[in-house]
Amino acid sequence: MAKHGHGRRFLILWVGASVIATPLVAIFVGPLLPPGNASVQAQEQVFDNTWMTSICTPIFLFVVMFVVYALINFRAPRGEALVDGPPLRHDSDIQTVWMAVTATIVIFLAGFGSYELLQNGAGGGQGPSPVAIPAGHKLDVQVIGQQWEFTYRYPGFGGFETHELVLPADTYIALHVTSLDVVHSFWAYELGVKADANPGVDNVAYVRTNGTTLFHVHCAELCGLWHGYMFSEGRVVSQAKFRAWAQQQQKLYQPIAKYLPAFSKTYLPDPQVRGG
Amino acid sequence: MRTGAKLLVVALAIAVAGVLIGLYGWKLTYANGSPAYTLPVTMVKGHPVVDLKIQTVAAIGPTLSTNPDWVSYLVKTTRGWKRETVWNLPANATIHVTDYNFDGNSGLRNPLFGRMLGVYAGGQRNTVLLDGKPVSDIDPSTASHVFAVTGLGIVVAFQGIPDNATNQCGNAPCPMSTTHTTTQFTFHTTTPGHYRWQCFVPCAAGWIDGWGGPMQTIGYMDGFLNVA
Repeated sequence: MAKHGHGRRFLILWVGASVIATPLVAIFVGPLLPPGNASVQAQEQVFDNTWMTSICTPIFLFVVMFVVYALINFRAPRGEALVDGPPLRHDSDIQTVWMAVTATIVIFLAGFGSYELLQNGAGGGQGPSPVAIPAGHKLDVQVIGQQWEFTYRYPGFGGFETHELVLPADTYIALHVTSLDVVHSFWAYELGVKADANPGVDNVAYVRTNGTTLFHVHCAELCGLWHGYMFSEGRVVSQAKFRAWAQQQQKLYQPIAKYLPAFSKTYLPDPQVRGG
Repeated sequence: MRTGAKLLVVALAIAVAGVLIGLYGWKLTYANGSPAYTLPVTMVKGHPVVDLKIQTVAAIGPTLSTNPDWVSYLVKTTRGWKRETVWNLPANATIHVTDYNFDGNSGLRNPLFGRMLGVYAGGQRNTVLLDGKPVSDIDPSTASHVFAVTGLGIVVAFQGIPDNATNQCGNAPCPMSTTHTTTQFTFHTTTPGHYRWQCFVPCAAGWIDGWGGPMQTIGYMDGFLNVA
């Protein structure tokens, strides 16, 4: 078959497969993609992942189908010596199409990603001066990384600190992520939140919870001996249950309250007695 | 070299590498690390009860470690005091713990860990007996060490001895005649699992922020509760 014959046939096969597979991937695979629907940001990430997976589907098909097509059609007959194909030279059409397509895809994804990020930060840490600030009231929660546990302070409830992360449902939360020793990374997987915890830095991430649920918190930055064990479970509870929980925690930690420093955006106590 | 011979050489190299990696892991786990110690269990009315006695010391000394100046935990075994921090415990059991702390105050970096949690003493929850007196917290600046089992929600801070205390212990194991504080508490094991425990006081003298060496090595200020 002539070169253009193969090209035309492959193009038809590829476009056909892509037209069928891409919507199927978007409709059936998309909802299964992480991180789920525990927060608005998580839902948006699922949307983004669905878009990107859908865009990748024709590219993936192109690569796989090209390999399969070549294996079937350009295989050397048994017993014949292997001969390299003719070299491609001065084919500006292929180069132009290749550059135009890849540039379009990359620029589109950059624009798409930037737009999504600028809506509300997409659950990522924005540093101490966030640029994508969602409107409305937000509940402040400080996340303190330390070797090897995250603890949490609630400045709106007397500044109590606790070992457990509990959040109210249907509420915008401003997470102020910091560390009092080395670099950690706060990753609340199902909430779609991931923010580095740096000593002396207030790394702000926004998340709006949906309904009540459980979620997992992991440290995502190698931070020493027990990094692999630095995980816990968090809860999103109803607003009434959250208020009751906050009162109970204030009571539980009352004996230690007098020793906690005044609330500040960072939490970096002085070096200790035995610090080298 | 023929293909068969090449494959044999590669297979032998992989096998040798595997053995070396295995030996390294074994050395880390058992030779340098801390072997597991199975605590004796007493049955009280059909319920398993364990008496866990531990020491926290400022310097482990040359007889129990190749790092004699490292701060450490010790456990009382049938063979005496040993530097073993992986403890085998029965599930759904009552564990009575007594810590003898011979070390001074290092101070907590996060005062939160001065609040006792997940244990009881004298019939009160989140309470320990410090030298016989029930306390639910200690001044974080007086903390010497912490016994925290995150997976079981346990946090117990041990109060240090004063800097100017007389008759201080030099090297472990420390005799009871030297100055110490005694902390007693009880907790319950639950479902089987490997529960890691650690100290939260930056007590590793000479390391950056007091958090290197013994704080980063199982067998000193870290370990496991193997609940089965």
